[in-house]
Amino acid sequence: MKRLAVILLPYSWLVALFLVPFVIVVKISLSDTELAIPPYTPTLDFSQGWEGLKSFFAALDFENFVFLSTDDLYWKAYLSSLKIALISTFAALLVAYPLAYGMARAPVEWRPTLMMLVILPFWSSFLIRVYSWKAILANEGLLNQFLLWIGVIDSPLTILNTPTAVYIGIVYTYLPFMVLPLYSALEKLDGSLLEAAEDLGCTRFQAFWLVTFPLSRNGIIAGCFLVFIPVMGEFVIPALLGGSQTLMIGKVLWEEFFSNRDWPVASAVAVILLALLVVPIVLFQRNEEKQREAEG
Amino acid sequence: MRTTWVTMTATLALAAGMAHAQEVRVYNWSDYIDEDLLTKFEEETGLELVYDVFDSNEVLETKMLAGGSGYDVVVPTGTFLQRQISAGAFQKLDKSQLPNIDNMWDVISDRTDKYDPGGEYAINYMWGTTGIGANVGKVTEILGEDAPLDSWDLVFDPANMEKLAECGVHFLDAPAEMIPAALNYIGEDPDSHDPDVIAKAEEVFMPIRPYIQKFHSSEYIDALANGDICVAVGWSGDILQARDRAAEAENGVEIAYNAPSEGAQMWFDQMAIPVDAPNPEGAHVFLNFIMDAENMAQASNYVYYANGNKASQEFLVEDVIDDPAIYPSEEALNNLFTTTPYPQRVQRDVTRLWTKIKSGT
Repeated sequence: MKRLAVILLPYSWLVALFLVPFVIVVKISLSDTELAIPPYTPTLDFSQGWEGLKSFFAALDFENFVFLSTDDLYWKAYLSSLKIALISTFAALLVAYPLAYGMARAPVEWRPTLMMLVILPFWSSFLIRVYSWKAILANEGLLNQFLLWIGVIDSPLTILNTPTAVYIGIVYTYLPFMVLPLYSALEKLDGSLLEAAEDLGCTRFQAFWLVTFPLSRNGIIAGCFLVFIPVMGEFVIPALLGGSQTLMIGKVLWEEFFSNRDWPVASAVAVILLALLVVPIVLFQRNEEKQREAEG
Repeated sequence: MRTTWVTMTATLALAAGMAHAQEVRVYNWSDYIDEDLLTKFEEETGLELVYDVFDSNEVLETKMLAGGSGYDVVVPTGTFLQRQISAGAFQKLDKSQLPNIDNMWDVISDRTDKYDPGGEYAINYMWGTTGIGANVGKVTEILGEDAPLDSWDLVFDPANMEKLAECGVHFLDAPAEMIPAALNYIGEDPDSHDPDVIAKAEEVFMPIRPYIQKFHSSEYIDALANGDICVAVGWSGDILQARDRAAEAENGVEIAYNAPSEGAQMWFDQMAIPVDAPNPEGAHVFLNFIMDAENMAQASNYVYYANGNKASQEFLVEDVIDDPAIYPSEEALNNLFTTTPYPQRVQRDVTRLWTKIKSGT
């Protein structure tokens, strides 16, 4: 009985917060637009009984998915999101690895403080932090003022509203998601393994590459997925920091939903995005399981 | 047990009802009112005001069509209002609760009748034009003293845009206004709903799109005022607000607004009450408060937009009533055009074209 309750709880959570909304989105993606409240048809009406239910299902079709395949905008947006997600995941890894490595090598009594410093930005609103990047990157912003003052440049660099600003914003925002799993992997590392490697004639770099790096693999994989998956659907950062040339699927979805008032097509875009993300999510889950087994 | 539940539910319902009766929720455009008026409303009426803002008609429309927005007063632009009325999103006004409606100006209500015949669903809040704001110093430095500040040539001529790109040009992210502007520029009917005519806007935008730094509908106010950009295609009052912020900051930035001589769009922001407003009575109190001549004048004096309230004109400061950028002359009024909402099929073409213009895809 207790066991059942333990299993039931997370599953009812999953059904209520994932499955039910997902079924609603799928249903809308099979509907047609209409100028009404809500702006699509058919809507489920139980008062009509069985006949109503039949005509409801008869009105659903895959027209919107066919439409998505006829316009190259959509796959270009998916590809462009994929590219941005891959590049920023890699950039976040490059920045986060030395950070996590330094934290894991720091004296034990410092580590909680260092950890705290990584998490601290979460205490202020995400939106405020992205907005402050606008003030830093603007033409008359802090960064340009500083560079002009020290004389590195003689006219302001245009960074805000370009893809560069989007990458900076994404890497900054998602950095802790990369640092934390890396840190937990590196912290567990047994220092005597490195000593053994050096005793056996490895240089420090070889010891890092042959021992530390492979042993932090799980942290790298976990961090990459934690960054990659949300960045694929990112909307806020490109909307605030990017210019018109940054094409992302989140923005396309917004346009369908808000500008076209086409909830059915917007839902179809979302369903495909989810289908694309199922692959990395499943891979991530399997990696986690394997890790648990290895430790278990 | 049963009675307890009944009492409890009744008490809760009563409490909820009372909370609603004392609260008015207003959803208006950003930077669009003198906030002292909000306090004044609460003091005068004893109602509690919840005031939220948005910066695009599309966001408002999605809320309206989803239903259950919880707002009592919303402010769509005329074209959007018309479509939302036909979707059944608004309730008719009870004019017996709006004695101040006699203050309204027929010059404006004649024009808004196009969207809401007889003004049955909405009252005019403010109106303005869509034109060009320029940092005069920077633009004349780049294009010379005879820079065409009052012509669409400034932003639609690729030769000018190529030079202006380095100091930054923003466009509104509002296809329903930018596409008519382009059509008007090449001599087509700006209100055309013919997909073939609309497609011609692409030829205007494609050569200049690499030089447009951003399409956004509210950022340009601060960006212009701070000198981060030098040209913005935007809404009249917003650009005049940028002009004032720059003047207050004394940062040497001088901003000028022009409704271009080739013709510019005139639009009307209308206050309406959603069909499912929790407190329609409070909404009427708010509308009546806004239509008070002195209150309306205070709002216009603050945001630099013209209003549709004749009686308010005697309370307007000279900076507002005598500025042709805000209250255009009779002759200039004739040079302004209005548009009507696109049908769903055409809307899809318009948005697709706009995405192509913005992203190149």
